[in-house]
Amino acid sequence: MDRRSLLKAGVAAGAVAATGGLAAPAYSQAANRVLRFVPQANLANFDPIWGTQFVVRNASMMVWDTLYGVDNTFTPRRQMVESEEVSQDGLTWTFRLRPNMRWHDGEPVRAADCVASLERWMVRDLMGQMIRALRQELVAVDDRTFRFRLSAPYPKMLLALGKNNTPIAFMMPERIARTDPFQQISEYVGSGPMRFNRAEWVPGARATFSRFEQYVPREEAPNWLSGGKRMLLDRIEWVIMPDPATAGAALQSGEIDWWETPLNDLLPVLRRNRNIRMDVADPLGNVGCLRFNHLHPPFNDVRARQAVAWVVNQADFMRAVVGNEDSLWRPMNSFFTPDTPNYTEVGSEILSRPRDPAMARRLLQEAGYRGEPVTMLVGQDIPVLNAHGQVANALLRSIGMNVDFVATDWGTVGARRASREPRERGGWNIFFTWFAGADHVNPASTLGIRAHGDGAWFGWPTDPAIEAARDKWFAANNAAEEKAACDELNRAAMISQPFTPTGFYRAVQAWRSNVSGIVPGPLPWFWGVSKS
Amino acid sequence: MFAYVVRRVLATIPVMAVVALFVFSLLYIAPGDPAAVIAGDQATPADVERIRASLGLDRPYLVRFGAWLWDILRGDLGTSIFTNLPVSTMIAQRIEPTLSLMIVTLLLAVSVAVPMGVVAAWKQGTIVDRAVMAFAVLGFSVPVFVVGYLLAYFFALEWDLLPVQGYTPFARGFWPWLQNLILPAIALGTVYIALIARITRATMLEVLQQDYIRTAKAKGVGQRAILFLHALKNAAVPIVTVIGIGIALLIGGAVVTESVFAIPGLGRLTVDAILRRDYPVIQGVVLLFSFVYVLVNLVIDLLYTLFDPRIRY
Repeated sequence: MDRRSLLKAGVAAGAVAATGGLAAPAYSQAANRVLRFVPQANLANFDPIWGTQFVVRNASMMVWDTLYGVDNTFTPRRQMVESEEVSQDGLTWTFRLRPNMRWHDGEPVRAADCVASLERWMVRDLMGQMIRALRQELVAVDDRTFRFRLSAPYPKMLLALGKNNTPIAFMMPERIARTDPFQQISEYVGSGPMRFNRAEWVPGARATFSRFEQYVPREEAPNWLSGGKRMLLDRIEWVIMPDPATAGAALQSGEIDWWETPLNDLLPVLRRNRNIRMDVADPLGNVGCLRFNHLHPPFNDVRARQAVAWVVNQADFMRAVVGNEDSLWRPMNSFFTPDTPNYTEVGSEILSRPRDPAMARRLLQEAGYRGEPVTMLVGQDIPVLNAHGQVANALLRSIGMNVDFVATDWGTVGARRASREPRERGGWNIFFTWFAGADHVNPASTLGIRAHGDGAWFGWPTDPAIEAARDKWFAANNAAEEKAACDELNRAAMISQPFTPTGFYRAVQAWRSNVSGIVPGPLPWFWGVSKS
Repeated sequence: MFAYVVRRVLATIPVMAVVALFVFSLLYIAPGDPAAVIAGDQATPADVERIRASLGLDRPYLVRFGAWLWDILRGDLGTSIFTNLPVSTMIAQRIEPTLSLMIVTLLLAVSVAVPMGVVAAWKQGTIVDRAVMAFAVLGFSVPVFVVGYLLAYFFALEWDLLPVQGYTPFARGFWPWLQNLILPAIALGTVYIALIARITRATMLEVLQQDYIRTAKAKGVGQRAILFLHALKNAAVPIVTVIGIGIALLIGGAVVTESVFAIPGLGRLTVDAILRRDYPVIQGVVLLFSFVYVLVNLVIDLLYTLFDPRIRY
């Protein structure tokens, strides 16, 4: 080959390569049938029972179906279930499944699959654990029917099976559901409207889902977790972007279609782009939490906890979290999510009355506080928690507390908060987190206000009054009884301060203007979403 | 030579053993608990304990180290605590983007920095020299992520010339592959260009003072031939050394660059694993990086013999 031939061959090869002709694209769906979505976090595992992170739940909602699903009034509606029957004494529940449901591997959905799935879920879920404690029998009667027999009535059965809090009672094939609930599943077969493309999964980078052609949606209109989950897209690509600035730029350039959690600092930039739409992501928002360790001084004395509550100015915390977007936060003088049926301000004067530093100092003195260090764990790698730490540090110092500010990462906080030792032996006094507002619409999933000592969430509060009020809610048979129980619970918790609410805030989601059908909710719903 | 190469390759074994011991011990004493991260914020202490036990994290140090070392010796890097995927699979998924980024960056940096350094030395004291040195100072001073954001803003958002983020595998075409790497490679290469350009200039200045250069000039050899055939070849050993050392810079810089440009490479895998305390992944990636680094040093040592025939092993 002479020099000219070589050059020609090189140019031709370059041209072919430059047009991408050396290899065909892997995916050939029309662009308007493929949605590129940036989730709130990395989908690092994919077992909604083993890993209870919200991002896992959100992805799982496409792949696995549920027996029931709550609508936007928190009423559980039938989903995989066709009918249910409860005995007069409330001890026997019989469920009949819809016909013609199939797993993604083509096998029919059977009652035995649901029994195994419930067995696994009950080990890990709070409400599931309550049902498990009452369960005398859980059996498949035939291929479409299964039955619970309980030792005492459990009025919240349908809510437990249809709630949106993690872990959700997702149904899996029996062979998969038999996996130990503390071990990960290794096969991702569901009966939901989308299939998980395991071969394309690159944790930390990408997860993709393809439409399950054999899925038969319900006839009802979709409403949160309930109704007909009609997929208008063939493929959904989750693109993991750890850097918010990159995600913002990618949304502006049209490289992605929908961003679940834009950074508040970037909202003004996104708002200026006429190709981008924004709205509140989840009307149920989030509840900020300043958590005390109830085992050790000074916060083993209720007066010390009350002292902090008397000076907590929720506006300071919330502005540190959401910036100048005042429409995104509001005071929360309650332990229940604002604008939901159980919201109550009964007994909340400690948060609603004018802030009282003098009262706080007096309470601290009465509690015997003499300037001992107070260890505050602050996860600096999560902006919301860092903001909380900065505000609380100044606040506690203002009432004379000697703050030992431990600036670390969330991984370390997660480990250290489990220590029950005193602060000088590696323990802690305060840490921060937030709860999904969806978890605070009723007492079922409000871990932060459980107060049963050793079994309680990190901080281990003990308060029989709180537990008694919570029991009343579970036993309640109607909305009025439930509301009364929540009032009582709120009053008890305001006195005891298992944690101090630092405010209620909402996040915003953003998407390209050619995407439609996005409905705000406690998690991103992909059914009904289309792209032009 | 062959015996030398074999000796050097064998010498990597004790180095890797020390690295393995160091990494394992460091992670063992580091604060943090993957079980707590897995369990999530809503977990009870009992849940965390059960997950820790199921992962084997409640076993004594020596038992865990022994088990890990035995697996390594059998070529098994373990399984990720979080993804339940083999660490070797996760590394394999991520190696192409990182390797591509490093190769493009290296090619870009060497092809730009070496001529820059040579010209700066040749034009010592002139405005060209000062401009190259000013660029070098700037390149050292501006963090990679700042360069990255600026490039993305202008070339992707303002002028719509290149994509903001992502990675396209080479198998899907040369141009799709390259266009995702241009901005990251420039961002990552800036500091590297600055480093190589400075070293090249300094070494060239020293070589240009040598008698044989004056002799070449006296014989009437052309300027270009003097610079690139005589001077540069003799200045090559320190330059190649710096390029080798710079591989470590590239590995470190790739972590930031991959985050800024959302490239699913080993850098991001490492950061994600550290934040979640995914011990098997951290251990596997660090072992890989140290192995690569040892190999790069070997290659650099062998390259010396090409540039300077007086060097023999």
